[in-house]
Amino acid sequence: MDLADLLEIKEKELRTRKPIRLRCCLAAGCMSSNGQAVKDSLDKAVQEAGLADEVEVRGVGCMRLCCEGPLVAVDPAGILYQKVAPEDAASIVAALKGGETQVSRGDLNHPFFTKQMSIVLENSGEIDPERIESYIAADGYQALNDALVEMEPKEVIDAILKSGLRGRGGAGYPTGLKWATVAKMQSPKKYVICNADEGDPGAFMDRSVLESDPHRLLEGMAIAAYAVGADQGFIYVRAEYPLAISRLQTAIKQAKQHGLLGSGVLEAAFTFNVEIRIGAGAFVCGEETALMASIEGERGTPRPRPPFPAERGLYASPTLINNVETFANVPSIVRKGAEWFAGIGTEKSKGTKVFALAGKITNTGLIEVPMGTSLRTIVEEMGAGAPDGNQVKAVQTGGPSGGCVPASELDTPVDYESLQQLGSIMGSGGMIVMDQTTNMVDVARFFMDFCMDESCGKCIPCRAGTVQLHALLDRILRRQATARDLGLLEELCDLVKHTSLCGLGQTAPNPVLSTLRFFRNEYLELLQPEIGAPAGPGNAPKPDANPTR
Amino acid sequence: MPVRTLTIDGKPVSAVEGQTVLDAAQDAGITIPTLCHLDGVSDVGACRLCLVEVTGVSRLLPACVTKVTEGMEVRTESERLKRYRRMILELLFAERNHVCAVCVSNGRCELQNLAVAQGMDHVRFAYRFPPYEVDITHRMFGMDHNRCVLCSRCVRVCWFIEGAATKNVAGRGAGARIITDLSQPWGKSETCTSCGKCVQACPTGAKFHKGSTVAEMERDRSRLEFIVTAREKKQWIV
Repeated sequence: MDLADLLEIKEKELRTRKPIRLRCCLAAGCMSSNGQAVKDSLDKAVQEAGLADEVEVRGVGCMRLCCEGPLVAVDPAGILYQKVAPEDAASIVAALKGGETQVSRGDLNHPFFTKQMSIVLENSGEIDPERIESYIAADGYQALNDALVEMEPKEVIDAILKSGLRGRGGAGYPTGLKWATVAKMQSPKKYVICNADEGDPGAFMDRSVLESDPHRLLEGMAIAAYAVGADQGFIYVRAEYPLAISRLQTAIKQAKQHGLLGSGVLEAAFTFNVEIRIGAGAFVCGEETALMASIEGERGTPRPRPPFPAERGLYASPTLINNVETFANVPSIVRKGAEWFAGIGTEKSKGTKVFALAGKITNTGLIEVPMGTSLRTIVEEMGAGAPDGNQVKAVQTGGPSGGCVPASELDTPVDYESLQQLGSIMGSGGMIVMDQTTNMVDVARFFMDFCMDESCGKCIPCRAGTVQLHALLDRILRRQATARDLGLLEELCDLVKHTSLCGLGQTAPNPVLSTLRFFRNEYLELLQPEIGAPAGPGNAPKPDANPTR
Repeated sequence: MPVRTLTIDGKPVSAVEGQTVLDAAQDAGITIPTLCHLDGVSDVGACRLCLVEVTGVSRLLPACVTKVTEGMEVRTESERLKRYRRMILELLFAERNHVCAVCVSNGRCELQNLAVAQGMDHVRFAYRFPPYEVDITHRMFGMDHNRCVLCSRCVRVCWFIEGAATKNVAGRGAGARIITDLSQPWGKSETCTSCGKCVQACPTGAKFHKGSTVAEMERDRSRLEFIVTAREKKQWIV
């Protein structure tokens, strides 16, 4: 396999494409509402109508508007059918030839679609994730070829550095810098790991990428491996994503057969093998040192850093760990250039970010927007606000490590620094919208319950601290707590945040701290007067009773 | 061996490259509280009691795994650190059933000593009172999970000094517990060599010699020291 072969596959794929194409979403969201049956009945209806020569029914990945699934798109007519039932197949096929159909149509001119900008999701909903030819036809693996044939490893790293790409897993560490560090390490063996252990409640960005465009991840990882000098890759994906795992396995097999993985990739002197490791359901294994321990077959618990993985990672070798979305950006950067990428987004946050919109929002689904887009645009325009005429009260970003941004701050642009200033984080991209029916103390308790359950138990502040934080929140919600309990809650948040061993514990108090910051009244309303003290101003909790340094 | 000079609590201290802050402090006679640290086995940085402040570093660093650097300024006794240590101890006391009055290690317990040294005289958190069992199936030793602080010292001596790999940690979060083999009764273990190193390593009364009653459990750390010295320095002290 070389460039000529790639182009030949692409040309053949485009040549054999039929004039009318029905794209059926076969990602997990639509599959769970009978998407496979819709595709099968469309296949059958096309056969029965005798249109098999001009109409092609293609299973594709996520088409974003998950709440309206199963979705079927028609090319080149530009129609999106939503909530399609298998019985609708005949009328949809008839409508291709001037017939009528009652199936509801999505508005493709809605801001939900028009304000999106696709880099990571450019092939999502377009190509068949189970056919490598479909990816190659969308210029797939050309970036890998460019890198291997025309660029030195250092040039690849420079391009990533110049692009300004930052880690999409949450912390926003400059990706190029990480690559450069691993590349500098002198070691006969290096590893590249993709962290696909997406576990934040309400987050499904990475799953969609894996299900919709698995080859993009493999290509990104291969480019990274070439840049840092690694020959072995691992994808650590959670067991709760069976469809993603199966599509990855298919993709790896196809890439090997086509000489795009294995030894002599694209006939260059470059070897890269990828294996899948399936996580057993521990959230903490998304933490890089715990993840590596898990790959090694050890108990998935974090260890103190330094040494950082770049220095001493998997099997004590230098290791590059990036998340799915980070790798998925790489092929586009190599193919279209660092300047192009750096031209998108804000000064410090480049490119786009994929968000999973969920919660009390009209348009639930997946969006990809340039960095710097305001939360208001995302929630009110694209997401069309809260359903049933309710008011948006807050937006939770960053999962259990993040915080709640109140409606008054919706004009905040989404970039790493702005969200951090509000006591939240960008996180991996989960965005949960809450309306006025949501009690913020309850939200804090929900996330604390999650962290308490997911703490590995290694360090004391996280193991025992989250339990006590949860108990205090529970006490407040049961209206049994006093101002003293609230003071203790804040003191404990400070401890857990500053003394825990890994990111899970260090960020576990964030949902409490951010709701205390913006919705303190909801806590105060639930407090009881101190026993033995008369109710009154003297007994009111001090607004600045925060013992943080 | 390159030498590094640093200050700990304002006191100039010299150390060799590769030494940890904890080692350097101990050599200089400065006490940093520890619980999961045990001389001779690798450190895990889990108990967070040895956290120290280092000038120029925003995070607190665990002294047991932080290597010394030239010119490092370490503080081990700030008000903030003292407050954190007391609170960590409070969390530990509230977590399981630590009742000194009926404990075999009363008077010789590291957790008890730490509470005294750090001035932790009451617990503000709700006691959890979890229902834990006592495993006395082993011929010589017992394990009382009520008194376990999950420091994993027993696990590490079992794996890295005895090499039997009998002990391990199972479960997660507050449900984590020390197990024998694949969570079997200790007495049924086929891998346990009954060497007793785990009992010597335990900081509290969780692991004990059968037959000892309240405040009778004495530990002999010199047995561990003997093996570690023999292995690391090739010296057999009798």
